[in-house]
Amino acid sequence: MTLASTRVKVATANEAAAEAVKDVDVDVVAIYPITPQTTVVEKIAEFVANGDLDAELIYVESEHSAMSALIGASACGARAFTSTSSQGLIYMHEVLHIASGMRLPLVMCVAMRALSAPISIWNDHSDLMSVRDSGWVIYVASSAQEVYDTTVMAYRLAEDPEVLLPVMVAYDGFIASHTAEPFEPAGRERALELSPKRRTWSRLDPDSPITMGTITSPEYYYEFKYQQVVAMEKALEKARELERAAQRVLGRSYGLIETYKIEDADVALLVMGSYWDNARLAVDEARRRGTRAGALRLRLYRPFPLEELERALRGVSVLGVVDRAISYGARPSGPIALEIAASIGRRLDLSLVSIVAGLGQRTVTVEDLTELAVSLENARGARDAHLVTRFYGVRGL
Amino acid sequence: MTSTTLAPRWHEMPPGAVVRELGNSASIDRSDWRLERPVRDQEKCIRCRLCWIYCPDGAVLELDKPYINRNGRRYEVTYEFDYRLCKGCGICAEECTVKAITMVPEAL
Amino acid sequence: MKVPESVRDIPREELFVGGHGLCAGCVAGTIARHLVKMAGPNTIVVSSTSCVEVSTAFYPYTSWRVPWIHVAFENAAAVASGIESALKVLARKGAIDPSRRINVVVYAGDGGTFDIGLQALSGMLERGHKVTYVVYDNEAYMNTGIQRSGATPPMAWTSTTPVGSKVRGKEGRKKDIVAIALAHGIPYAATANPAYPLDMDAKFVRGLSAPGPSLVHVLMPCTTGWRFEPRIGIKLARLAVETGMWINYEVVEGRLRVTTKVPKRKPVEEYLRLQGRFSHLTPEEIREIQNTVDREVDRINALAGEIAIGPVAR
Repeated sequence: MTLASTRVKVATANEAAAEAVKDVDVDVVAIYPITPQTTVVEKIAEFVANGDLDAELIYVESEHSAMSALIGASACGARAFTSTSSQGLIYMHEVLHIASGMRLPLVMCVAMRALSAPISIWNDHSDLMSVRDSGWVIYVASSAQEVYDTTVMAYRLAEDPEVLLPVMVAYDGFIASHTAEPFEPAGRERALELSPKRRTWSRLDPDSPITMGTITSPEYYYEFKYQQVVAMEKALEKARELERAAQRVLGRSYGLIETYKIEDADVALLVMGSYWDNARLAVDEARRRGTRAGALRLRLYRPFPLEELERALRGVSVLGVVDRAISYGARPSGPIALEIAASIGRRLDLSLVSIVAGLGQRTVTVEDLTELAVSLENARGARDAHLVTRFYGVRGL
Repeated sequence: MTSTTLAPRWHEMPPGAVVRELGNSASIDRSDWRLERPVRDQEKCIRCRLCWIYCPDGAVLELDKPYINRNGRRYEVTYEFDYRLCKGCGICAEECTVKAITMVPEAL
Repeated sequence: MKVPESVRDIPREELFVGGHGLCAGCVAGTIARHLVKMAGPNTIVVSSTSCVEVSTAFYPYTSWRVPWIHVAFENAAAVASGIESALKVLARKGAIDPSRRINVVVYAGDGGTFDIGLQALSGMLERGHKVTYVVYDNEAYMNTGIQRSGATPPMAWTSTTPVGSKVRGKEGRKKDIVAIALAHGIPYAATANPAYPLDMDAKFVRGLSAPGPSLVHVLMPCTTGWRFEPRIGIKLARLAVETGMWINYEVVEGRLRVTTKVPKRKPVEEYLRLQGRFSHLTPEEIREIQNTVDREVDRINALAGEIAIGPVAR
């Protein structure tokens, strides 16, 4: 790729998502407003109004209907899209499970936001964490460029006949959704080269009628659920291939996790989403202060990239997991920390520190992350550090 | 585990639990639901089609089978029951305007 | 797609077949047969979670010979909206034959329409999707065991409106779903009844031919929930019309026309006394129901601009 062929734009993650929807020639978009996702669908409506995208826009009356309408559209073979946040994601929760259970290759962007009550329109990961077991592939992107690329890539993964699972592309509300930064759209030709339209799934067609959405007895249900387990395993494999394909076609790829100075790190911070930039700066600062720190970012959250994480964490003696949601009453109370404790904590002989921070978009600065990284040293050799979650930044603690 | 070995294995089942064999419920024998069976007197039947119209189970068959009754009246169609599908509800007998259908108890 | 003029015009081909698990005498099966006969093979049917859904798509079986989908309880209208939109754009982009006309039909129960599905229905009607929404109304949540719905008539026994010394069945009235649908300014809405198959089928065709969303509200006597002998399901549906408990009418572009005229009504008691769900009613309570029906008859006659439904002849 030469520089002359590029066309750099300045856009928010929301606009980048809309741009990707245009470039992969989505057929049906369900539109429902909720802050901070709304400008995604506004931008798509603008593309349609200007003739830049030929799609049917369904101005649904709720997020529940948004997801339901997409299921109907996808069941006819259409490429379908919507985006949402927070309460909207929770309101469509029922239908998320149905979309994955029906094995429909939908793609949805989620501008992550806190959950009520009390109401907060600001960012954290509570909404995403509440739907992590809905059978969707979940990416968490950290920049406008990555949101664009991942949204394009998502259709290829979703529509892969060996996968056939819906894909969520999540990013931080406001921090990413409303922060403009330079990004380079691939354009329709390359987007469709990476994610060509292939109707690979079972669908409603009068020439070859089928019955979809059946009821099953105990004799059959479990096997269909197991098929989704296998599809997720397949999705992991295909997601790795997809990174190589993206590198080839878009000239960019990310990997399923990203790492920074992890090779020789003694302590490491694990984050998702927009904290990635600050985490890297914090690593540099911690190193200046004498702590051999590193950082990791989970880009693919479902399926969980265990192998990649294990490989990266070899040699790390303390891992601090920064969660932006709470699993109330769980120990640890950070949902990702909980998973890491369950999956790799013991195997790698590392101490795990669970940190909850930045709820409702409470500011977490580079200085905060530096302090957290440096403090990980105190947990060296502590086998049970993860049983107590540090609720970083709560006044009075 | 209570699962039988006769049922298909997970990889033999269609993703998304779709059914491609259209209308295959018609292969299910529902005759054991029946306490009474409808019996038609072809002589009395005037081929008004109402039993066929009202049947909830598609158990009344409209056949291109000519029938000539004792008075020499020729009908082009004959209505018969599909006793696998009939659940014995009796709507056909109730709605028959000429009382050509009688509900007869099934032998126990 | 043609309005049938005689019972001979109803196609023989069955696109909804038997062997399903609906109760013996369940006329939801009769209505479904007629609906897809009228719509024909170029039709996609969406069902909400309901008796029909669990009884006709019980994996690995199906009673449907047209493309059929069920997603959830409250969203059939939203699913249908997505289907209708997808068919439009796919035809425009040449992914499906643009000359082909594919009907989109919803077949849903009263719970999935009057109550939990009302929001999605309203959205679909407001947006103007060309979908024919058929609600089979058995006046309660029958699939879960006869619980009261917004379509349950006053004073009916249900499992959640038991009859006791203080409470006499359902309190309050039956929701007027056709009026709600019409408030969206849709081009066609009608009530229908399986005892009048030609009228019902004609309404399906007119709904399918309407230039926008249409709704057909069909009475569906439920042998299990209403507590009557399975053989009299059609007879009861007919009695509902003969007593004025149910009025067959249609509203085309805002004009109401009664399609089954009843010059002389039978007393409502004849309809009520055949059903276990009304067996507790006192003569006074039956009079109360009669008065409500009389008022509703007056209202419909006024809208029709004629005495389409006559007085009670005793």
